[in-house]
Amino acid sequence: MILLMFKIIAGVALLVFSSLLSFVFEGVDRIFNARMQLRIGPPLFQPFLDLLKLLGKENIVPRRAIPWAFNGAPWVSAVAAMMIFLYVPMGSLPPILSGSGDLILILYLLGLSSVAMAIGGFASGSTYANIGAQREMVLMMSYELPLAVVIVSMAWFSYRSGMPGEPFSLETFVGMPVWSVAGFTGIFGLLCLMVSLMAVVPAEVGKSPMDIAEAKTEILEGLICEYSGRNLAMMKVAFSIRTLAMCTVVVSLFLPWSLGKMIQIEGPVFFLLDFIFFWIKVFFVQVIGVTLIRTAFGRYKIWQASQFYWFHIAGLSLAGMILLSLDVVL
Amino acid sequence: MAEEVNKTYKVPIGPVHVGLKEPITAWLDVDGERIVKATIRPGAIHRGIEFMARDRNPIQIIYLAERICGICSFTHIVAFVRAVEDAAKIEVPARAQYIRTLVLELERIHSHILWAGVACYTFGYDSAFHLGMILREKVMDVLEALSGNRVNYGTGTVGGVRRDITPSVDKALRDMIVFYKSEFGVFYDVVMEDPIAKARMRNVGVLSREDAVTNCALGPTARGSGLRVDLRWSAPYEAYCDMDIKPVVPQDHVGEVHGDVFDRFLVRVLEVYQSIKIIENVLAGLPTGALMWESKLPKLLRHLKQAEGTGWGIVEGPRGDDSHILRLTAEKENITWWKVRAPTYANAVSWPIMFKDNELADAPLIINSIDPCISCMERMVVTDRSSGSEQIVTKNDLLRLCREKTGRVMGA
Repeated sequence: MILLMFKIIAGVALLVFSSLLSFVFEGVDRIFNARMQLRIGPPLFQPFLDLLKLLGKENIVPRRAIPWAFNGAPWVSAVAAMMIFLYVPMGSLPPILSGSGDLILILYLLGLSSVAMAIGGFASGSTYANIGAQREMVLMMSYELPLAVVIVSMAWFSYRSGMPGEPFSLETFVGMPVWSVAGFTGIFGLLCLMVSLMAVVPAEVGKSPMDIAEAKTEILEGLICEYSGRNLAMMKVAFSIRTLAMCTVVVSLFLPWSLGKMIQIEGPVFFLLDFIFFWIKVFFVQVIGVTLIRTAFGRYKIWQASQFYWFHIAGLSLAGMILLSLDVVL
Repeated sequence: MAEEVNKTYKVPIGPVHVGLKEPITAWLDVDGERIVKATIRPGAIHRGIEFMARDRNPIQIIYLAERICGICSFTHIVAFVRAVEDAAKIEVPARAQYIRTLVLELERIHSHILWAGVACYTFGYDSAFHLGMILREKVMDVLEALSGNRVNYGTGTVGGVRRDITPSVDKALRDMIVFYKSEFGVFYDVVMEDPIAKARMRNVGVLSREDAVTNCALGPTARGSGLRVDLRWSAPYEAYCDMDIKPVVPQDHVGEVHGDVFDRFLVRVLEVYQSIKIIENVLAGLPTGALMWESKLPKLLRHLKQAEGTGWGIVEGPRGDDSHILRLTAEKENITWWKVRAPTYANAVSWPIMFKDNELADAPLIINSIDPCISCMERMVVTDRSSGSEQIVTKNDLLRLCREKTGRVMGA
């Protein structure tokens, strides 16, 4: 009972913390993006101000929308994305819901978040939102293949190479960095898988060059075209939390090193240090995987994005899979 | 696919759309993401400038003509004052001709860089857009140094120009030339070497050479399709006779013509280099002498009042040929009639061809690819408030109405 209470309190605290952090990171993303374009950019806390403003605005439901789906979708999307933090180990701290969910669940939560947005788009009753939702679905179908290949190869590798723990659990990967287990070919395989996962990040979080479902100069923000007020605020929350969640998954899988273990600290300081170190790593993954990429490239068309994921990235992840298998078999 | 069902749906791009700078509507019949048919509906920004002009004398109209367009304002007034000079038989001093050429080229640079930035923005490449805006600021500074204004320069007048190239302006111009020679290449590389920019523009909105001829495409749109058309080369005006100008066509630079958005981009970017060269030549060959045929305004107005005749002024603007035709009647202060044909009017005809079999994602890019100036184009609108119905005027109707009206105003 006490444990349950503790878990609830810790869970709520973590969700609040990560939501706030996701907004700070979004503010940093906007500043970095602006500086790279030789602009000054908004203040760091602009995303909070935007959110507050949106919460105070009128919430309009279009006449042709399906109200329950239209109003429910942003919440489902945001909550699903938030849930991910309950299953991701924070540095050396085990996840709050340790043992009750694994990588597959995280994948489904990410998927649910995107699908909920697409449902919101379909339920808006607007042509633009409809097109956006269609594009979101097509994009999901495109990046799910490389994503699945990455996850399955990692799990299979951890199982075959005898890493301690459940093969699909993120704790396994955090407990023991895969890089230390893999041999020479395995390192290359892991590199391929890591690049593939990083390539999926922009599509998962809906940022350029994969902001196809929300392309504002083509279909007027697509998915979120009809949203306003509170619902739009929830959509913004869902977007920024999904960005952060995706980056935590990347860090847990591929950059699990613990600073505490390296400099051999013990006690609560060890956990605190690793917790901070974990978010620093997440920050760098977000800056490289989202901010840099979205500054450097324009937007793909939907078939070009599909082609990119189905052929180039899927090919890369398959190559990684083969290299990893070779590493285990040889 | 097996059954013949209508699976297309209609998507309006416009009248107000993030990807468009000005109001125009393109109704697209879309099948999935593919555009099957496109209908262009202008008519949202007609202002009736020609009608207003009929209460004004030619000098007053200069300032009206300048406000036809916010980008090619100087092109419009040069075309207008050339038409007036043509009608009133006025000789423009050589120095004024050179300064007009100079400002026309400055305007071309600013228009083309703006367009290139906006095109990048249209396919989500915001960094290139911001880079373009930074580059454009330099030429805006020069225009401000020359005329005191950034958009409507107030520089041209009937029989000459109102601003001289002072030593400080000359220095600003030379700084600008050095700046563009070193910095513009970055922009060129950023866009031309970018894989996504190429994927978004190559084979998009193709206008073949034949279609460009039959649909009377003009300016960079026609040159992007490989046509050698450029009034500065084929019918030189002002100081262009002294310059060595060849139309910029893609086949001369990359060896092949696709007639797509990428080629139009290439042509515009290369024309910026061409304009810089022309400005250098203008500065090198700037003759001394008067700035105006007649600097006393009442005397000029008196001459214009006595003039009788029809005048033509056709200028190669940043978007294509801009034609102004007007009539002056003797002993009348105001002009009798004035007709403006902006390049977008001719280029817009090509839109439905460019749209065909492209994707919805390309639609705003295709609209922007001819660098449309909707407020320049909209010279006529038909409304019938009483019946509330939309009326479509056929070409023959238009021709008849046009002849009747011309007959009426000319008193025939």
